[in-house]
Amino acid sequence: MNLPTLESINLLAVLPVLIVFGWTLVLLVIDLFIPSGRKYWTAWLGILGLLGAAVALAVRFIDARGAAVTAFDGMLTVDGFSLFLQAIFILTAVIGILLALDFLPRHKIERGEYYILLLFTTGGMMIMSMAADLIVVFLALELLSIPLYILTGFARPRADSEEAAMKYFLLGAFASGFLVFGIALTYGGTGTTSLVGVFNQLAEGEPSRDLALVGMALILVGFGFKVAAVPFHMWTPDVYQGAPTPVTAFMSVGAKAGGFAALMRILIVAMPAVGEAWGMLVAILAMLTMILGNVVAIAQRNIKRMLAYSSIAHAGYILVAVSAAQRPEDAPLAVSAAIFYLLTYAFTNLGAFGVVLAVEREDGSGNLLEDFAGLGRSKPVLAAIMTLFMLSLTGMPVSAGLVGKFFVFQAAINASVGNPWILAAAIVGIVTSVISAFYYIRIILIMYMQEGEPQVVLKPALTVALALTALATLILGIIPAPVFQLAKDALLTLVG
Amino acid sequence: MKDWTFIVILSIVAMATPLAPILIGRLIGPRKGNELKNATYECGVETRGDTWVQFKVQYYIFALVFLVFDVEVVFLYPWAVAYNRLPLFGVLAGVVFVITLAEALIYTIRKDALRWI
Repeated sequence: MNLPTLESINLLAVLPVLIVFGWTLVLLVIDLFIPSGRKYWTAWLGILGLLGAAVALAVRFIDARGAAVTAFDGMLTVDGFSLFLQAIFILTAVIGILLALDFLPRHKIERGEYYILLLFTTGGMMIMSMAADLIVVFLALELLSIPLYILTGFARPRADSEEAAMKYFLLGAFASGFLVFGIALTYGGTGTTSLVGVFNQLAEGEPSRDLALVGMALILVGFGFKVAAVPFHMWTPDVYQGAPTPVTAFMSVGAKAGGFAALMRILIVAMPAVGEAWGMLVAILAMLTMILGNVVAIAQRNIKRMLAYSSIAHAGYILVAVSAAQRPEDAPLAVSAAIFYLLTYAFTNLGAFGVVLAVEREDGSGNLLEDFAGLGRSKPVLAAIMTLFMLSLTGMPVSAGLVGKFFVFQAAINASVGNPWILAAAIVGIVTSVISAFYYIRIILIMYMQEGEPQVVLKPALTVALALTALATLILGIIPAPVFQLAKDALLTLVG
Repeated sequence: MKDWTFIVILSIVAMATPLAPILIGRLIGPRKGNELKNATYECGVETRGDTWVQFKVQYYIFALVFLVFDVEVVFLYPWAVAYNRLPLFGVLAGVVFVITLAEALIYTIRKDALRWI
């Protein structure tokens, strides 16, 4: 038997995630000795740990020079793709903490565990982006999900928060069941859980390929729940509305990116042999998701609910890029488009939820569209920032959203030669983008054209978060080339 | 097919072993019932009232804390047996595991979860 050694574990390659987990475990004890009312210390210490992980990540990136290595005996792959996504997760976590800093004491739900749970789920996401084995994918998914269930119910004893947590937990457990069953069938069909092994078995055209095909479909269902793709989106509006707003912001970006990370790695790395099959399924899911998300968002009066449907719709756009990656020669462009889109979506969506936070009142009300009336006059800068985010979510110039959508559709059109499904998905995507303009721009109209007295509370941490996200949205919109080059270099690799 | 034969034999033996004493007892044993013997629980207290009562949530917390030790033993026993033959990583992994579990205990103690109210 080959026992693992320090060399085959390769701890150095996974140092960022080790820092996150190690620091979180230390922070859990430190937090016990921080008096209540000073829990912002925990938050700042958490940010410190994340910055440490970011430094380790940068060092790793410079060291690696695009080469991929494995860790934990081939259980994890550290390649450009995972490094890029880990950067997104760390950024999301930092902004997620900044958003929560003032929110929690204002709503009298300040507990140190908030930040610790947030760091744990960030670590889960980071492992998710590196997972090179189906078992690790499942483990990382649970590590990502369980803290999020608790965070959703964090505004206890507010009934809507508890209800959201319960719904999220039940449906999340249900989705995990699908995923595990899919993994089991894939294992049954190929005799291995390692992605490399699955790839080899499928390439040889095993007789039990059909079993793996069913497994692939079930895995798709499991991740469909996680990334909120139609028809597995039912939980999203209720959970996003009921959860405390900083959690919603973090969840709508982090959990989605985590789900996509593993989905892309499983489908593109391990299953290119059945690419035509999953490419068609993903394209159909993408079309349904974009149509339903964008059309139902129009009818929403609550901004958190509207942003929930908008986040469903954005999952659809990313799915277009995923389906465009079904042939190995198209995969690099499509994957880089998808992860670049995730980055732009992360900044824009976190920022938009930041503005929602500023307008929200202590009792949890103030989330209706009407509550934004008059923002253009009373808080011109805040309204201008919200306008930027809304334009970016629509995909208008000059914003990150436009560039993200452009790359996704470019990848889709490139890959659509001889494949009508991808072409159809791209066309649906462009048409629904126009539909989405209706509800995003309605908010801009309400802010500037309607009279009202919005109550805005802007504390320093929230201001920093808003400035960061707004600046990033603007810069990615004007000069996207350097970052997109990074995304292009961030290749998914098959190692082992 | 050969492996399955053993499983079939094993399941027959496994079912026969507990069935035999029950059947033999029923065939040759004398039957003399009295009040005590016919009670629901021959030794133990009769149930009283409704089963849908609320339990103190602390039982649940205690069960969780018990799990800390329970799981610890399951994993530590093989580790302790093979301790001197493990590579450095195996030893370190065990130590990290124990520290993590100890932390959970510290957390519960510090949060006053172990004080019975």
